[in-house]
Amino acid sequence: MEAVTIPPFERFYEEHRNAVFRHLVRLVGRQRAEDAFQETFLRALRGYSQLRHGRHLKAWVFTIATRVAVDDARKRRPEVSIAEELVHDGVRPAYAQLEHLADELPEKERAAVVLRYGYDLPYEQIADALNSSEEAARQAASSGVRRLRRRLT
Amino acid sequence: MTTVPTTLDRKFRDAAAAAGLLDVSYDIADTPVGPLLVAVTHRGLCRISFDPEPERETQQLARTFGARILRAPKPVDPVRRELDEYFEGRRRDFDLPVDLRGRSEFSRLVLEQLARVPYGEVTTYGSLAARTGRPRAARAVGTIMNRNPIPIVLPCHRVVGSTGSLVGYGGGLERKRQLLDLEHAPV
Repeated sequence: MEAVTIPPFERFYEEHRNAVFRHLVRLVGRQRAEDAFQETFLRALRGYSQLRHGRHLKAWVFTIATRVAVDDARKRRPEVSIAEELVHDGVRPAYAQLEHLADELPEKERAAVVLRYGYDLPYEQIADALNSSEEAARQAASSGVRRLRRRLT
Repeated sequence: MTTVPTTLDRKFRDAAAAAGLLDVSYDIADTPVGPLLVAVTHRGLCRISFDPEPERETQQLARTFGARILRAPKPVDPVRRELDEYFEGRRRDFDLPVDLRGRSEFSRLVLEQLARVPYGEVTTYGSLAARTGRPRAARAVGTIMNRNPIPIVLPCHRVVGSTGSLVGYGGGLERKRQLLDLEHAPV
C-alpha cells in the first residue's frame, strides 16, 4: 500500500479535536473531559514523531483518548475502574492484553478489535473513530478476531 | 454539537509549547504590511511569510523541521513584540536568534551578510555577493533574496539593483517600498 504522508500536527489536531472531545465527554463526563483532552493530545504529540505513516490517525488518537479515560478512571476510583468494568481476563485488563496481541494486525482491524473488545466501545463509536460505517467497523473487528484466532491456534 | 471550548484549545496549545513538544510553533501577526505567518523553533525564528495561509507553509516547514507543528502564540510573542516595535519606528535592529536549517551553506553565508546591512541603508546584489567572497554571484544572491525564509528580520528589502531600482521582492514591490520608506532609506 502506498505510504500516506503524516500531516503537520496542526492539521491532524484541527481535524480530530472536536470528535475526540465528544468521545471523552461520553467516556468521563463533561467535567473531566477537559483534562483528558489535553492529556490525549499531549500524548499524541509525544508519539507523533514515531508514526511511520498517516493512515488511520483518527483511530489512533481515539485509542489514545480511550486509554487516557481508563487511566483517569483508575486514578479516581481505583476500586471500581472502567478497566474492571470491561471484560477482564483475571490477570491483566482485557485492553492491555489485546493491544499487545493485536499488535501485528492491519491498523484498521487492530483499532476495531482493541476498541471493541478491549475498551468495550459500541460499534457506533468505533465507526466514528475509523471514519467508516458501522457495518465496516463490525467487519473490521470480526476479521481481526478471525485473524487473531488463526494465529493463536 | 459539542466542540472544543476556545479556552481549552488555547490551554492545550500553550501546554504543548511549554512541554517542549513542538518542532515548530507559529502564529499570525498583524502588521502594517499585512498579516504575516511567523514561525519559530527551539533554536530561533525560522520563517516569516507574507502569505498567511498556514496550510502550504506548514507542509513546507514540516519537511525541514519535523511534523510537530502547531499554531501556538506564546513562543511567537517575542518576535511579534520586536516586529511591532520595528513598525512603530522604535526598533532598528532585531535581537532574535534565527534558525536557518535546510538552507545551503552559501545561502546561509549570504543571509548572514544580509543581516549586517544597516537599517535605513541599501546595498546591491553585486556588493552582497562580493562580501561573501563571490563577486560574480549577483544572480545567485538575487535568487537567495527571493527565497529569503525570514524577510524583514533578514532585510532583503535593503538590497536593490546596481542602478538603484528596486528590482523585485518576494512579498511584492509595494511592500519593499513600504519598508524602505519606513526606514527613510535613500531610494
